[in-house]
Amino acid sequence: MTSTNVLDYPLDSGQFFASVSERKDGHRIRVCQQCGVCSGICPFRNAMDFPPQRMIAALRADLLDEVLGVDTVWMCVSCHACAAVCPAEIPIAGGLMTRVKEELVLAGEVPTELQEALESSQRYGNPLGQSPRKRADWIKGLEDDVTLLPKERRPVDVLWYVGDYGSYHARVTQTSRALVGVLKALDVDIGILGPNEISDGDSQRLAGERGLFETLAEQNGRAFAKHEFGEILTADPHAFNAIRNEYPALGIDYPVRHHTQYLADRLDDLRGLFVDPIDARVAYHDPCFLGRVNGIYEEPREVLRSIPGVELIEMAHNRENTLCCGGGGGGMWLDGFQWEKSHMRLSDLRVKEAVDAGAEVLAVACPYELPRFEDSTKTVEGAEGLLVRDLAELVAESMGAVP
Amino acid sequence: MKIAVVMKLVPDLVEELEIDEEKARLDTTWLRLVANEPDEHALEQALLLKEQLDAEVIVLGMDGDGMDDLLVTAAAKGADRIIKLTGADGDTLNNHAVARLLEPAIRELGADLVMTGVQAHDDLDGAVGPLLAGLLGWPCVSYVSGVVLEGAGCDVRKEFPGGLVVEMEVDLPAVLGIQSAPQPPRYVAVSRVRQVMKTTEVEEHPVGAVDDRGAAEVQALRRPSVGERASMLEGDEREAADQLVAILQKAGVL
Repeated sequence: MTSTNVLDYPLDSGQFFASVSERKDGHRIRVCQQCGVCSGICPFRNAMDFPPQRMIAALRADLLDEVLGVDTVWMCVSCHACAAVCPAEIPIAGGLMTRVKEELVLAGEVPTELQEALESSQRYGNPLGQSPRKRADWIKGLEDDVTLLPKERRPVDVLWYVGDYGSYHARVTQTSRALVGVLKALDVDIGILGPNEISDGDSQRLAGERGLFETLAEQNGRAFAKHEFGEILTADPHAFNAIRNEYPALGIDYPVRHHTQYLADRLDDLRGLFVDPIDARVAYHDPCFLGRVNGIYEEPREVLRSIPGVELIEMAHNRENTLCCGGGGGGMWLDGFQWEKSHMRLSDLRVKEAVDAGAEVLAVACPYELPRFEDSTKTVEGAEGLLVRDLAELVAESMGAVP
Repeated sequence: MKIAVVMKLVPDLVEELEIDEEKARLDTTWLRLVANEPDEHALEQALLLKEQLDAEVIVLGMDGDGMDDLLVTAAAKGADRIIKLTGADGDTLNNHAVARLLEPAIRELGADLVMTGVQAHDDLDGAVGPLLAGLLGWPCVSYVSGVVLEGAGCDVRKEFPGGLVVEMEVDLPAVLGIQSAPQPPRYVAVSRVRQVMKTTEVEEHPVGAVDDRGAAEVQALRRPSVGERASMLEGDEREAADQLVAILQKAGVL
C-alpha cells in the first residue's frame, strides 16, 4: 500500500500563514494594514474572487478553504505591481499569490491549459511541447557564428542561455537570430547549450510548480557546470531573474546579464557600428521581470537612444508603473482561461497606450511580449501600423547585421 | 471493490519517427516513450471511482524502459498499488501475449473491474481488453466514456459516431476499454512524484512463458506516399497565397 497524502495537504490558515512567512520577507504579511492599494493596482482585480488585500483578510479570518476553493488566483500574472506599491513591502506576488498557486498545484487543481504547459515542461523540458533535440534548430545557417557547446567543447567568454521561446517560438527565434548578428558584430565569443539547455523554470515556479522549477534548475545547473565560460547572457528577463535571484539558493551561482545590460555596457562599441538610421518614434515597454523585479530601467533606454534616428518616447505607464503583457506567472499558458474570466487581454491595454503615445515602434525586451503585443496590434484600433520589435532587433537592423 | 488499471507506453510523436533497416519496425534509437493517452483516461476514471466509493486502485504494466516512472506517477496521482509484470520483454510483446500474461495476474489480484485504454496508437487494434475478457470469461465493453458503480452494478456510457449515446449495465467482474474519463487526466506536482518515488515500492510480479500466437505479423512499415492528386505550392507566403486564391476561385468556393 502507498500513502498519497505525503505533502500534508490541505493546510489550515495558520500553517499557510507560517509557510508564507518562510519566504523571503514573507513575515511582513502579518503587518498588512488592509489599505488595498495592491488590489487597486492589480490588472485583473475585477476577475478575482480574492484580490490580494481581500485574500489576506480571508486568511486572517481562517478562511483558507474558501481561498483555495476558487480558481481565480490563476488570473494573477505575477506582474509584481501589487508588491511594488505595498507600503508594508509584503512580497504579495512572489510570496502570497505564488504560495496559493502552489497549494492548488499540489492538489492537482490546475486549469487544463496550464497543465499542458507544465506537463510539457516535465516531459520535454520546455512548455511549448517541442522536441528537446530540436532546441538548437534555430541557428540553422548561423552555425559559424554560434558555438554549439555540446558539439564543440571549448571555453567561451559568454554562455548564452537562449530560453524556451528564443529557441522554439517562430517569432521569437527572429530575435535570437538578430542577437547573433549583433554579438558577431561586437566580436563576442558565444556558446549555447542547445539540446542540453532546458527551461529556466521561472514562470513554472510563479505558476506554483516549485518542484518542477527545482528539477529544471538542477538540470540547467549540471549543464552549466560542464563548460567553462565567463558569464551567462540571456534575452529573457524570466531566465535572467531565475539565474540571478533563484538559482544561487540551489547552489547554481553564475554572473548573468540581460542583453539590454550587455548592450548598454558596450555602448561605445555599438555607436561605431550603427549605419542605417531608424527614423521612428519608439516607445519602450518595461518588462515586469526586468524592470519592477530587477530594477533595470535605464540601460535599455540608453541603447535605444543611441540608435541614430530613434526618437524615444514614454507611454503613460512606464518604469515601475509598467503595464504587464499578461504572460507572467503562467499567464503565457492561460490565455483561454483568462479570456473566459475577464474578456480582456492585458496586451491590448498596452498596445492601446503605445498608439495613444504616438509610437510607431513598440520596443520590447522579453520573449513573451513579441507574440502577445503583435497579436494585439491585429485587433486594437489604430494599431495596424505599430511595429513590435525586440531591442536587439532594432540594434541589428541599424547595424545592418540582421542575419 | 478492486479496480485494476492496465497501462502501457507508446512512442511519443514529438520526435520524428524513423523506420528501422528491416522496414518492419520503428527505429528505437531516438524513440521517446510516453504513457498511452487512453490509458491515462482509464487511470483517471479509476481514481474518480475511488473518490466516490471505497475502491482500491491497482495499476499494472509490463516491465520496460520508463515503466517505473509511469507507475510512480500513477501512485502520486492516487493509485494504491503499482505492479510491473517482469520476466517478459515488454517491447516486443503483441496484444495476444500481453492479454495471456495479464490473465493470471488479474485473477490473483481478485480484481472486480479491469480498465484499460481502449486502444494505443502503436497498434490501433484495441485488442487487449477484449482478449483479456475472453480469457477471463468476463463481459467486455469498449469505447467507454463514463463509468458509474452503484451497489453490485456497473453502468457504463458509450458514445457512437453521429451523436448516439448508449448507457448499459454490465455485470461485474468485467473488462472496460476506456476512451475517455469524464474529466481530463489530473495533474500531479513534481514534488509529489518525488516524494512518492522515495516512499513507494514498485511491486514486481514475475510472469510465465510468453505465448504470442494469434497476432498479425507486421510485414512492412512505410510512410504514406504522396497521392498523385496532391500538389505542393511553391514560392514564398505571398506567391503561395496567390496560387491558393486562384485554385479556390477555380473551384468556385471563393
